[in-house]
Amino acid sequence: MAKKKTEQKKWPEKWHELNPGCMVFAAGNAANYKTGSWKSQRPLWDNAKCIKCGICYIFCPEGCIQETQDGFYEANLDYCKGCGICAHECWPGAIVMREEEE
Amino acid sequence: MGKRVGMEVAIAAAEAVALCNIDVAAVYPITPQSHIAEHMADIIHDGRIDAEFITVESEHSAISACAGASAAGARAYTATSSQGLMLMHEILPIVSAMRLPICMANANRAVSGPLNIWNDHTDIMPQRDSGWISLFVENGQEAIDLSIMSFKIAEDPEVMLPCVVNIDGFQLTHMIEPLELPSQAEVAKFLPPRKAFAQLHPDNPISMGCFAMPDTYTETVKAKEVALRAAKKVVTKVFGEWAKRFGRKYSVVETYRAKDADTLMLTMGSMGETAATAVDELRKAGRKVGLVKLRLWRPFPVEEFKAAVQGCKTLIVMDRAISTGGAGGPVATDVKSLLYGDKKKPRVLNVIAGLGGRDLTVGDFVAMFDLAKKKKDETFELYGVRE
Repeated sequence: MAKKKTEQKKWPEKWHELNPGCMVFAAGNAANYKTGSWKSQRPLWDNAKCIKCGICYIFCPEGCIQETQDGFYEANLDYCKGCGICAHECWPGAIVMREEEE
Repeated sequence: MGKRVGMEVAIAAAEAVALCNIDVAAVYPITPQSHIAEHMADIIHDGRIDAEFITVESEHSAISACAGASAAGARAYTATSSQGLMLMHEILPIVSAMRLPICMANANRAVSGPLNIWNDHTDIMPQRDSGWISLFVENGQEAIDLSIMSFKIAEDPEVMLPCVVNIDGFQLTHMIEPLELPSQAEVAKFLPPRKAFAQLHPDNPISMGCFAMPDTYTETVKAKEVALRAAKKVVTKVFGEWAKRFGRKYSVVETYRAKDADTLMLTMGSMGETAATAVDELRKAGRKVGLVKLRLWRPFPVEEFKAAVQGCKTLIVMDRAISTGGAGGPVATDVKSLLYGDKKKPRVLNVIAGLGGRDLTVGDFVAMFDLAKKKKDETFELYGVRE
């Protein structure tokens, strides 16, 4: 019932471009906010070792691991924060964490 | 002039809020605010107003419940004191950052420890930088008037910020004074229902209280700073409208016999009336003294304050709190910083007094004026301490 609905800018540059109270008027736009830039490591899959159990998919706290068409798994690096939980939980040892700098 | 009735100020503060068409009150009782909480609960329980009273389990919950209600578009009210305000501390800057116009009464009381339930300003001072509009009242009538005005100020589309009305605990809250409550019809004309800028509603999802990374946080701070500073204009506007409708005049900075004074005293809250009596006595004795009363503490009314103290030689700044290990009392620290760049400025003497409910008589204020004549340096004075 907002009377004056302000258009949500994609990315406020200047302080006066922020909506009052930093309100966000477009629902579901968290997807536009790429939080993956935080990571210092990224998961790498060795599909020769992967048994397609999906435990990485289940444990990923960001929900950024997806199943590929051929049943293996990959991380969406736009949102992966590099926490390494997938690699820790992968009992066949198919995931290693690789430094971003490498 | 309407009918004056003898009433306890805390009860009157609750009665004033009951005239404001509130939707939600979430209040946790604490001395010396308890009579506000209890009376507000009575009013709502008795069905005198159509509002929800949320019996919260703490002050942290009280302010959080108000935040939720206000985000959903409600006119929300809470009241607290001392330790209760300290427990709210975490939520206070969130409420202002979310631009939620919640109104609160704070029955000023010393913070522990040692445990002390009596009046000073040590509870509100740690909240100074929380982004709330902060007003001080001097007597019961002002508690009524400013409680009503606080909603109008907070909800103004140019403001949208929370507002705390500081009512000195016991010294004011537990006094029975002859008070005038405006009629419901008059208040309704003065204060229309809240028109929320935006509200949480399942039919129209929006996000409030969002996250900001290092690339945005500084901009949010600037936006809040500009908004709070701009609120002063609205405070003055609302004071003006109140004067027109109800005949009682308020200003962000008030002066008493200050025009030709060479020594001025700056006070906040209930001390003003006793200090004014001291000024009268000293004037009778031919001393050129006067009084400046800060009604609006945040945003600090810089221009009005400077105009009020212009030309005086000595400014005695009264504080009822101390920045332990710092430069003195928080009011004096602000005042000194604000005057620092001015070429012509008074000597500032900071007197910290009236802590933890210690009474200040007219004689004490006279003694402080005398102290200002004797004291040469500008270090703060913890008045009345037994050496």
